[in-house]
Amino acid sequence: MNNVLLEVENLKTYFPVKGGVLKKTTGYVHAVDDISFKVNKQETFALVGESGCGKSTTGRSLLRVIEPTSGKITFRNEDVIRLSKEEMRKKRKDMQLIFQNPYSSLNPRMTVNKLLSEPLRTHFSMSQKEIEEQILWVIDKVGLTKEQLDRYPHQFSGGQRQRISIARAIISKPSFVVADEPVSALDVSIQSQILNLLIELQKDLKLTYIFISHDLNVVRHISNSVAVMYLGRIVETGDTEQIYTSAMHPYTKALLSAVPSKDPLQKKKRIILKGDVPSPVNPPNGCPLNSRCESAMSICKEIRPELADMGNNHHVACHLYKE
Amino acid sequence: MENILEVKNLNIDLITEKGNKKLIDNVSFNVGKKQSYGIVGESGCGKSITALAVMQLLSFPLKTSGGEINFHSEKESVNILSLKKNEIRKIRGKEISMIFQEPMTALDPIFTIERQIIEALKFHTDLNKKDMSDMALQMLKKVGIPRAEEILKEYPHQLSGGMLQRIMIAIALICKPKLLIADEPTTALDVTIQAQILDLMNELKTSFDTSIIMITHDLGVIAETCEKVAVFYAGQIVEETDVVTLFHNTAHPYTSGLLKAVTSLGDKSKNLFTIPGMVPAGGHMPKGCRFEERCNKKMKICKDKSPELIEIADGHKCRCWLYAESGDN
Repeated sequence: MNNVLLEVENLKTYFPVKGGVLKKTTGYVHAVDDISFKVNKQETFALVGESGCGKSTTGRSLLRVIEPTSGKITFRNEDVIRLSKEEMRKKRKDMQLIFQNPYSSLNPRMTVNKLLSEPLRTHFSMSQKEIEEQILWVIDKVGLTKEQLDRYPHQFSGGQRQRISIARAIISKPSFVVADEPVSALDVSIQSQILNLLIELQKDLKLTYIFISHDLNVVRHISNSVAVMYLGRIVETGDTEQIYTSAMHPYTKALLSAVPSKDPLQKKKRIILKGDVPSPVNPPNGCPLNSRCESAMSICKEIRPELADMGNNHHVACHLYKE
Repeated sequence: MENILEVKNLNIDLITEKGNKKLIDNVSFNVGKKQSYGIVGESGCGKSITALAVMQLLSFPLKTSGGEINFHSEKESVNILSLKKNEIRKIRGKEISMIFQEPMTALDPIFTIERQIIEALKFHTDLNKKDMSDMALQMLKKVGIPRAEEILKEYPHQLSGGMLQRIMIAIALICKPKLLIADEPTTALDVTIQAQILDLMNELKTSFDTSIIMITHDLGVIAETCEKVAVFYAGQIVEETDVVTLFHNTAHPYTSGLLKAVTSLGDKSKNLFTIPGMVPAGGHMPKGCRFEERCNKKMKICKDKSPELIEIADGHKCRCWLYAESGDN
């Protein structure tokens, strides 16, 4: 049985850097640099990493909100990158995006009703009555009330706005949703409400998620498998519990140890990474982590490690684990 | 323990055309010498404006409308709220200093790092230029900035967020203040950088003998850095105790809800614990307990009468009817 909904192969997204009076291209930001992964149906695949590691660019490249430079994205046996603009636009009713900041992603001049009917008018030819029915269905799913339909975004709190964003994403009944930091802008008590909602919707509507986050606790809770990104590359990927309990890559270990402890009596031993992330314009030769890594060897400066299979679906890109 | 800061019955109002709204309602707390005191709460609970009031940095439409903020320096004790502008300037940056949330916007983009660090020295000391530069350089090395000599001549846009936060800390500590207020110092930073900065702050606290007020929404940061903690909810302190008691012997339903929301993460078998509803809007405070609507342990009295912050055990204060002896004391 083919259980894979989305397969990404050698995806690259580069942004040109322009300089000088003539605005010549002087280099490229290697935002996403040759990554490959598979997402199974009805599962949650998480992309984690620090700011600038390329996780959001990856999410957006998948929906071609940002055009990828090269690679292959197979969604339901179809290469998304080869679709024309018009075909892609139609495809998006099946592939949706939830944005990070509910304060800036909703048009302040549109009522909730209008915000929700817009995707329906774009993707379907429905009668007014059908649209209304669909809207009532979706607000019931995300926990909004009928009375709130005539209000504007500014009349809602952050958590409720995120519910509106989610409603907008699922109203066209997609099978695949990219959630780009959907709870990062929210307070803890509201964050858990939204996470529960996302999990419920997934069961209910048989959704497949790509969940992008920098919060490792949230990722552990919601995802089935996870890919850790650093400087545009995947450095480690595997089943979530596997990664959290037996991380192998030095970067993943440092990232996990940096999460503050939930108990003042149990102070963790931290692995502190020195310095900052190198610039993605001139990524270092060899392993992207070599300047910050405690266990760096001479080979790390010269040869870039490829993702290698460690068994149990666990892949690591590090020279430490090579014979 | 001697106190360095005593806040007594502080009230802060928001001035609007429709009348004043009370944002901070009778908040009192003490910060001991060399103590790190945590203030934790969600957005809008009033934690940041409390800190701004301590620095006398509130500006229109915010105004303190009562209470005292007593600061005990080595020489004298003063009520910060009664100081005139030129008097508070002598304290601000020298005795009390502050680290802001977003290092990317808190620094001035048109001045070099050096100039921004020595600004406080120029104002508070009469050192000559060479000595000031030397001090700035020493300070940068202390906060762990590599190639400090070059960085002094650079501008904020040339540096990363973690580096800028180190520079903010250097600016705040250059006059060796007795009290350092850190308003969400790591919220804008990545976890690995956050770990670096928290370690640095713990280290500097010991070497500079500074008291710290750590303001954050992240209970993990509290667990890592603080000795004593106040939990804010809708402009009031709802619980205050030492950090171990807060995590292991939680009293207030709001605090335990927050903790459960964090600790239930990772247990996939169950739904995440949630606190239903949301914080009441400023100015529309209910008559009874402000947490009543969202509380899973509410009683009849909670709706009618607001509970007081009472001591329920040695050094452990809580604002909740569950711990009041009879319903009406």
